Amino acid sequence: MDWINAILQGILLGGLYALFAAGLSLIFGVMRLVNIAHGDFIVLAAFLGLTITTTLGLSPLLALILVVPVMAGIGYGLQRLVLNQTLGDDILPPLLVTFGLSVIIQNGLLEIYSADPQKISAGALETASVALPGDLNIGVLPLLMFGVAVAVIAGLQWIFYRSALGRAFRAVSDKQDIAQLMGLNKAHIFGLAMALSLAVVGLAGVFLGIRTSFDPSIGPGRLIFGFEAVIIGGLGNLWGTLIGGIILGVSQNIGAQINPGWQLLAGHIAFLIVLAVRPRGLFPRID
Amino acid sequence: MTTSAHAYSISRSSTASRVAAVAGVLVLIVLVSAPLWAGRADMRLLSEIFLYLSLACLWNLLAGYAGLVSVGQQAFVGFGGYMLFALAIFAGLSPLAAIPLAGLLGAVIAVPVALLIFRLRGAYFAIGTWVIAEVFRLSFAQVSALGGGSGTSLPVAIVRDMASSRSMREATTYWLALAMAVIVLAVIYLLLRSRNGLALTAIRDSELASESFGIDIWRNKFVVYVLTAGLTAMTGALIFLQKLRISPDAAFSVNDWTAFVIFIVVIGGIGTLEGPIIGVIVFFLLRETLSDLGTVYLLILGVVAIAVMLKAPKGLWGTLKERTGLELFPLARRVVKKKS
Repeated sequence: MDWINAILQGILLGGLYALFAAGLSLIFGVMRLVNIAHGDFIVLAAFLGLTITTTLGLSPLLALILVVPVMAGIGYGLQRLVLNQTLGDDILPPLLVTFGLSVIIQNGLLEIYSADPQKISAGALETASVALPGDLNIGVLPLLMFGVAVAVIAGLQWIFYRSALGRAFRAVSDKQDIAQLMGLNKAHIFGLAMALSLAVVGLAGVFLGIRTSFDPSIGPGRLIFGFEAVIIGGLGNLWGTLIGGIILGVSQNIGAQINPGWQLLAGHIAFLIVLAVRPRGLFPRID
Repeated sequence: MTTSAHAYSISRSSTASRVAAVAGVLVLIVLVSAPLWAGRADMRLLSEIFLYLSLACLWNLLAGYAGLVSVGQQAFVGFGGYMLFALAIFAGLSPLAAIPLAGLLGAVIAVPVALLIFRLRGAYFAIGTWVIAEVFRLSFAQVSALGGGSGTSLPVAIVRDMASSRSMREATTYWLALAMAVIVLAVIYLLLRSRNGLALTAIRDSELASESFGIDIWRNKFVVYVLTAGLTAMTGALIFLQKLRISPDAAFSVNDWTAFVIFIVVIGGIGTLEGPIIGVIVFFLLRETLSDLGTVYLLILGVVAIAVMLKAPKGLWGTLKERTGLELFPLARRVVKKKS
């Protein structure tokens, strides 16, 4: 029964990892940009959520109403002011600039909030659970997070393939110059993509903060989880990313079940096995 | 035959490079004699500078020449450090013998690592190297014989074995660090002047064009990756020989062994041999003047690196080279008019 429980919790955890990954996958799809500071933005969003809940006394879920637009605004501004200048054939500038951003965010947070672990309190929601047959209990909160993750993936999928914005995303992704000729302002479109990416990060950050304790140094770890979910699921496939997140979550929980020290290692090993056997991921989008 | 065709020849050296060579030898002589005139703290600082120079040159070779942007070189720094400790503690090897062996093992472990992560491209390759470093960190944290998560110290008997007196020991580690930097510079210089170096430079400038000339891109990158891993592991062994203590978090720190190194190379000038030397000097000047500021210092470093990347992506040396054509290491070929 412990094993079934571990797998079940792993699946739910996978939802959170898919949220970490979705924003990463989105901007890579639109502008071939990998944001090394992605994990640090998740932690930034968590601290933002913490400050809002403690100073305004809002519940964390209400705080999202503020955190998500603020993160989106940061994303748009960052893309227009800084990251657009780095895009081109050379992969080095965006990598190094976002790497520098990662260092800045980490140390900025350290300066403001200190290195102490923090946690966002969600009151009764944290301990509420649903009883399942066979002595299993599922927390309402993990279930809620998983539901939100599925909704976010479905929403992004809809935006990408069904909306005018998504058409613009796909157009600049396919051929920037032609998209520009057709009247799209690619600087603006890239800004919107980053805004959307960081809006998802806002959600992910607050959920992370409710679920576990966090401190300024944990960003890179979250980036790696998101990245692994993307690669396991297959580049460019959002539903694949969700499955990638689930595989990662389940592997980590099975690892932890065998030996607590193996939790993270098991996740990385699952990733390396997929990379060795299916280098394009399990469900690569057919190009 | 026209005479004009014979009035020119191809040359690699220039007045600047000859002056630099003489100056380099003089500086080296002064540095080798440092144990005679420098204090204990100065020698420690200089050793640290040499080891950072070596890491920076290696990362520059990887990212600036082979186009392999790794943010996971701490994997090999830590691996080299741990191999030194393991060989000294379990096999009873003297550190002097363990250092080259640690480098060799680093190169050996880099082969399967490369086979796996070479499947990832560009930025995803970068994060893939980071995952490898994490796997190394978590794995070494599981080895209880090496202290597990809290790490271990190099036994006093082994340290004493190196040299009889404390000052002699310190001089030895200093010379080892200096030798490491010189070896790394020499290896990279000779590699870049060789046939393989020409291939690498071609790959750096255009992968498509070099492939159409029949250059095996994968093999060239693979060789550079393994070579860099080996030398990085040797440098790592020296770093932790100096610290005398190792722990997974210190050994596989992304900030210490990759972020700082990237800043050094970016500020100095990526894709040039001189860049890391300039960068390491700037980095340590900044560090020695600003390190009291703590985290603010790191903030400033991040801002400086971003500013350099946006405004002068070729770094200090690259910008200077572009304006003046100056080159201290004779790598480029130029047409020279004969004096006759």
